[in-house]
Order: sequence, then structure tokens, then C-alpha cells
Amino acid sequence: MASNPFTEVVTKISKAPSSGEYAADKLLRGIVWACAAVILLLVAYIVFELGRQAFPAIIRFGIDFLIGTTWDVQKQTFGILPEIWGTLFSSLLALLLGGGLGVAMAIFLTQDFLDDRVSNVFRTVVEMLAAIPSVVYGLWGIYVLIPLIRPASQWLNETLGWIPLFGTSLSGPGMAPAALVLAVMILPTVAAISVDAFRRVPYKVKEAAYGMGTTRWEAILKVMLPTASSGILAALVLGFGRALGETMALAMLIGNSNQISLSLFAPANTLASLLASSFPEAGPLEVKALMYAALALLAITLLVNILGLWVMKAATRKFEGKA
Amino acid sequence: MSEQASQATLGRAVLTEPRLRASVFEGRGLKSRLLTGFTWFLAALAALPLISVIYMLVAKGGARISWETLTALPPAAFEFGGGIGPAIVGTLVMVLIGSLISIPVGILAAIYLAEVAPSSRLAQVARFLAKVLTGFPSILAGVFVYAVLVISMRSYSAIAGGISLAVLMLPTVILTAEEALKQVPQRMKDAAYGMGCTRAQVIGKVTLPTATPGIITGVLLAVAGASGESAPLLFTALFSSYYISGLEGLAEPTASLSILIYNFSGMPYDNQIELAWTASLVLVLMVLALNILARVLGRRKA
Repeated sequence: MASNPFTEVVTKISKAPSSGEYAADKLLRGIVWACAAVILLLVAYIVFELGRQAFPAIIRFGIDFLIGTTWDVQKQTFGILPEIWGTLFSSLLALLLGGGLGVAMAIFLTQDFLDDRVSNVFRTVVEMLAAIPSVVYGLWGIYVLIPLIRPASQWLNETLGWIPLFGTSLSGPGMAPAALVLAVMILPTVAAISVDAFRRVPYKVKEAAYGMGTTRWEAILKVMLPTASSGILAALVLGFGRALGETMALAMLIGNSNQISLSLFAPANTLASLLASSFPEAGPLEVKALMYAALALLAITLLVNILGLWVMKAATRKFEGKA
Repeated sequence: MSEQASQATLGRAVLTEPRLRASVFEGRGLKSRLLTGFTWFLAALAALPLISVIYMLVAKGGARISWETLTALPPAAFEFGGGIGPAIVGTLVMVLIGSLISIPVGILAAIYLAEVAPSSRLAQVARFLAKVLTGFPSILAGVFVYAVLVISMRSYSAIAGGISLAVLMLPTVILTAEEALKQVPQRMKDAAYGMGCTRAQVIGKVTLPTATPGIITGVLLAVAGASGESAPLLFTALFSSYYISGLEGLAEPTASLSILIYNFSGMPYDNQIELAWTASLVLVLMVLALNILARVLGRRKA
């Protein structure tokens, strides 16, 4: 009598899955599960393989490897303290410059300084800075940056030579050009994550500040920056992590010299560029030592990155459910 | 009496006309304006290296661009002329190998993370490790593949180079594809489930097609990043002065643009340095083209 008007339509379009379709579903779930597991296995395999390759060197050199200062293939003594120092020092200098510029760029892009067209220009600038390959920065550093800063380094060395930072003058490659290029390379990372941090601050926070009669910069410095501070911290830590692992530009610019110096203009070395420059021609024992150095680099970068992600998670959680 | 007087003073104080106009040199406003100027200066400073790099690429690299340069073999030490042909082919081949491995695995892993079991233990750990791996130093991918493949194959090869690129591409593909898949509206999927679809059918017929533009954007960004990589190729693919010859050639040392730039940049010959600039121009154009394509596709989606 009262027939269901949908019966016809429904039976034509929908039906219960056949057993073949159930099997296909099972299969797909299995495959995607395996692919997700690949990343776990990959990380485990990387740590295991580097550890296995480095094991003979760890047994042979022990902790002395981390505090030794000579890398001498003839005498078969290997130590990476200068490289650890160079890695941390160059990354810290890059963070001071690139981090500051990156946060300034993020403020510039998010705090209503620019109309859409101009801010698109600067956003493109940041994206292009990130897209240029490391070797190209290295090449640019050798033929543009080093000749450019050499006169300045001479002047600084002559007039302010008593400050350890300016203790030597730049004869070619060295810490200053390496750190400058590194700063340019981490700027996009810091800027992008800081932009996200500023965007997460609810708009009413800024409105409230303006409503109190603050100037634009009082609102930025006293309200926006403190509110976004944990996200910006995450940006700086992740930028630092990026700088620690950067290889090619540094291998081309830092001078690969095994020494610990505070001077900005002295050649130095980093763990990554030690690997890049020594690996291709290394003998059997030196390869083991380099694997040990790779393991040290892995440990440092993993630590810094996990710290950065942890800070970022805390920063993101801060505004969840409040805006 | 005294009360009246105090009320009078109060009245006068209130009635004094407030200053409603900020003076140009008032402290707070001045400080704000100075800081704005300083920020403009910093932003311009950040653009300076980019302008300089582009100028050098066009001025120095553009000078040698010709069909001959793009196809000829690299020159020996004192030779004139020559080109970067094998390096262009080598880069393309190794990026292709890396893509063939990392893109399918990455997208399937992303399906697990976004669709099949987003909050399972495995998904949480995998997501975290993928994020950690985005900050993984690229040279360590090279060291790892050297230890696993180059030692056992007893030769540097395009395959080893491609695999080390795959290691670096995988986390980017996973994270961007997961993000794209999560953008698919839940009600579209619900509608499909309501029709009696299995999970596999929903993924294959609704989620994946809808998320495709976003996934392609992520994939292109990963490919662009891999094209510019050099550290992982340094001791997996090494370098070669000749074109890859056939399939067996994949098991032999292979040239790439980035390693060519690295090798030639330190040479004391003008010819090689000019070629390094030309190779840089080609490499940057390649990377930028991929980036622009990714943005254009990404914008169409939004």
C-alpha cells in the first residue's frame, strides 16, 4: 500500500560489500600498515647500522674520541672536539643572525605592516631563500661573500684585534662566511614556524591591546611576542637543529681546519663537513672513526629536533579550545 | 566650604582639555615609528642575499648557457669548453629513482596515518618519527646508504644515490600527504560509508581523488628538495664524466648537478668555475620550476 519511495533507488546504488571487496579492504589495510611501519624500521635501521659501523671505533677510542683534538690519519689518532665546537659555534652564530632576522620577518609578515601584494612579495622571498640548494649558497659564498667581508675582517682585526672574536683576519674560508650563509639558510625555517606561532594568537588579544591605547610596537613587544613566545622558541630550536646538520655550504666555506678558535675569521670545521670532506678518501680505520662522528652528529641533531618538536607541541596546545 | 573648594579643583582638572593629538616626537609614537623603519630595514636585508644570488646566477651562469653546454661532457683540467650534460641526466635519473620509492610508500603510509588508524600507537610513533626525520641531516642519509649499499655493492651507483634521496623525501611526502588527506570533509566519507562502501573503496574512490591536488603539491615540494640535495650523493653516487649507459649504468658512479658544482667550485680554472655557475643556474631553475608548480596546484585547491 504505502510503498517506500526509496527502495528502487537504494537497491540500485548501494549494496553490501562482496567477500572479494572485503578481501581487498583487508589487503589495503595490511599494505598501508606496512608502509607506516617502514618509517619506524627505517629510523631503527639507521641508528642500528651507524652504531654497528661505528662500534669498532667506539671500542677502540671510547670517550677520548669526543674530547680529542687531533685528526691524524698517519698516527691513527682521531678526535672530534674541534668539530663539535665548530658545529655548535657556527650554528649558534647563525641562530643569532638568522633567528633574529627570521623572527623580524615573521613580525613583518603577520602584524599588518603590509598590504597583501607587498606581503606576497616578501613571502615569496622567504620561500625562494628556502628553495635555493645548499651548494649554490656555497658557490655564492666563495665568490661573493668572502671577497666582500675580507676587507671588513682586516679592519676589525687591526683595530679590535684584542677581542678574541676578531683575533685573526680572514685569509679565505672561515667561520664568518660559513655562519653568514648558514644564517641565510635557516632564516626561512625560523620565519615560517614563527609566522604560524603569531597566527595562532587569537585576534582579540591584539584588539584588547589596541583598545588599551598601545602603539603598534607596544602591542607587538608586550603582548604578541610574549603570547607567541613558546612557538617562537620552537622555531629557534628547530632552526638551530637545521643549522647543525647543514653540510655542503659549510664544507665549501668553513675551511675544514681542525682547530678550536673563538675568532670569527679563523678557519674551522663541523661534524657534517668533516664527513663530507674526509669520507671519500678515508682508509678502513678512518671510515670507522667517521661513522663514530656520524653517530655523534645524529645524537646531537636528534636531541635538538626532539626538543624543538616537544616545545612546539606545548606551544600548539596552549591555544587549543581557547580561541 | 572646604568640600566645595576641592570639588571645584576636581572640576577644573576634569575640564582641562585633554590632548587628543599625538606629537610627532612624542616618545612612544617615535619609538614605534623607529622600530617599524628598523623592521623594514631587516626585511630588506633578508632579501639582499637572494637578489645577489639571482644576479650572480644570471650574470655568470647565463653567459655560458647554450645547447652545447647543456649536452657536452664535463671538461678535463686544462680543457676549454665542455658542458654539464651527464650531470643533468644523472640528477634527473636519481631524483626519479628516489621518487619511485618514496612517493608510493609515503602516500600509503599517509593513508594509514590519516584514514585507517589516526590515533593508533603505530600512527603516533610514525608521525613523530617522520617529523624528527625532516630535521635529519642530509649527509647522514648518505653515510647510512654508504654503509648499507655501497659497501656491499662494492661500487658507488645511481641506485645508491636515488635511495639516499628517497630516505630524505619520505618524511616530507608522508607529512604533506597526511595533511592533504585530512582536509577531505568527513561528510563526503560518511556518505560513501552510508552507501555500503568498504574502507578501501572510500579511500580509493573518495578520499584519494579529492586529496590529489594537495598530495601532488607535497610530492612536488619533496622532489624539488631532492633535486637540490648534494650531501647524500657525495659518497653514494660519487661523480662521473660520462652519460649513464643503459640499465647496467645505474650500478655505476653517476654525475649530478650538485656534485658537479661542488667539485668545480674549488678548481683553479676559470672554465670549470663558469660551468659551476651555469650548472647552478640550471639547478635553481629546475628547483624553482617545481616549487612554482607546487604552489600553483596548491592554490587551485584552496
